Amino acid sequence: MRRLLRLFYIVLILGVAVAWLVLRPNPLPDDALAGMTGDPARGELIFWAGGCASCHAGDKATEDAKLVLKGGQRFPSPFGTFVAPNISNDPEAGIGAWSDLDLANAMARGVSPKRRHYFPVFPYASYAKADLQDIVDLRAYLATLPADPTPSEAHEVGFPFNIRLSLGGWKFLFLKDGWVVDGDLTVEEQRGRYLAEALGHCGECHTPRNALGGMETGRWFAGGPVPAGRGNFPNITPAKLDWSNTDIVEYLTSGFTPEYDSAGGHMALVVQNMARLPANDRAAIAAYLKRVPPSE
Amino acid sequence: MKKFFVGLALATIAFTGAASAQEAPFAKQIKARQGIMVYRALNIGVLGAMAKGEVEYNAEAAQKAADALVSSGKLDVSMLYVPGSSNAENPDSTVKPEVFTEDLGIGAKAADFNTAAEAMQAAAGGGLDGLKAAMGPLGKSCGGCHEVARIPQN
Ligand code: HEC
Ligand code: HEC
Ligand code: HEC
Repeated sequence: MRRLLRLFYIVLILGVAVAWLVLRPNPLPDDALAGMTGDPARGELIFWAGGCASCHAGDKATEDAKLVLKGGQRFPSPFGTFVAPNISNDPEAGIGAWSDLDLANAMARGVSPKRRHYFPVFPYASYAKADLQDIVDLRAYLATLPADPTPSEAHEVGFPFNIRLSLGGWKFLFLKDGWVVDGDLTVEEQRGRYLAEALGHCGECHTPRNALGGMETGRWFAGGPVPAGRGNFPNITPAKLDWSNTDIVEYLTSGFTPEYDSAGGHMALVVQNMARLPANDRAAIAAYLKRVPPSE
Repeated sequence: MKKFFVGLALATIAFTGAASAQEAPFAKQIKARQGIMVYRALNIGVLGAMAKGEVEYNAEAAQKAADALVSSGKLDVSMLYVPGSSNAENPDSTVKPEVFTEDLGIGAKAADFNTAAEAMQAAAGGGLDGLKAAMGPLGKSCGGCHEVARIPQN
């Protein structure tokens, strides 16, 4: 009996240790950004490519108000409603006091300065693939934006999803290195892949999700119902999207489809961001979309 | 027993008939307002093809398309946008239900379109550069209204 009990304790301790290894936040090494300095002009492009304003600007903000990243937009999901935090330059309410490494940990690892996990509604599963130099440039650009004192609101997420430690398990399952569309890509297609899979986080909407909210990379860009919302995210693999490259570039620039209907919903915001990139970046995304495996 | 099934079948047909009549109200109004939009799309398509260099610039055709866009903005469409004709009641429409319950500022969006269409009307016949310059604000004015008034398509 006593032997059995001892075995039980050993298993328990091992279990806790393994769980902690899986669940603990895993920040970047302290010297990950050694030697990098931020260029705010390059950072501005990263900002628009990443679509930060679409989520962190105030509700329905347009034009210059998009640069006031005071948070407050709400994101309903099957797990509860998340509220975008203030990431303006305010040192108290926002992230004005953050270091480059703090932002890199948030975007590349989903870990806060206090070493807690972020919820993946902040699309770090995509941003994790961004170059650290780009994050450092983005940090430099964010530092040029206005400060706003509006405090961040709490998420309305119930038990058990409000336990941030359990997100370690989610990250273990779904935070993956490496590109989804692999193989022999031209330099242009690789640029498009970087913009679409990492910064532009197209998959966060266009890829169907499993019951745990992870992207089903085997059905990359195949579309699916909007979680906790109306309508569908369209399939943008070559199986459904038969537009020419010129058509795709036009759509990402003006929002016009080949029939001159216009992009609506969240995609209208994505288009406003993409329109700020150089034309050859939009052409690169179009070239990449043609290389995505067709999926019904 | 057979009678019961026939009765059940008839009742089902009657029920689905009633339900579909209820599920698809204001079909004609919706068709008409979508028709006006398709008319706009076709006309802006003429201008867009010239702006993109897909077809050669033609002052007369450009002017005609721009005039048509301006005219389309002068129609009184109030009879087509009736409460109970949103996507929530009839999935053929992409109009948001909030259009009929809240003030989304759609009047201002329509005015933006009219202004942009008039600018195009003034520019379209006078050369490709002017047409291209007027295209940006015109395109934005279509999307600007769609963003507030419609649910995403697909
Ligand atoms: C789809 C919406 C969305 C997009 C796009 C997005 N974020 Fe966020 N972000 C969120 C949400 C929601 C949170 C809160 C996550 C949490 O509390 O776990 C968040 C959290 C953050 C935080 C942590 C703030 C804090 O107080 O701890 C930072 C920093 C941040 N985002 C920066 C960015 C940057 C930079 C970009 C663009 C590259 C970006 N976000 C794009 C939704 C978004
Ligand atoms: C003042 C608001 C407004 C403006 C301006 C506007 N639209 Fe629309 N548009 C709508 C609404 C509302 C619908 C949805 C109608 C429905 O489905 O019931 C729509 C639908 C459409 C559709 C889809 C029609 C269909 O068959 O379902 C197209 C195409 C379109 N618009 C093109 C345009 C173009 C091109 C312009 C600019 C030249 C434009 N619209 C300007 C409000 C507007
Ligand atoms: C926040 C969610 C979201 C993100 C992120 C997103 N999209 Fe979309 N996308 C949509 C929605 C919603 C639609 C449907 C728009 C409509 O109905 O007008 C759409 C439509 C499209 C379409 C048109 C498809 C069609 O058949 O009409 C293309 C192409 C597209 N997206 C490409 C992209 C690319 C490329 C990216 C990344 C740079 C991207 N999207 C990121 C939500 C998103």
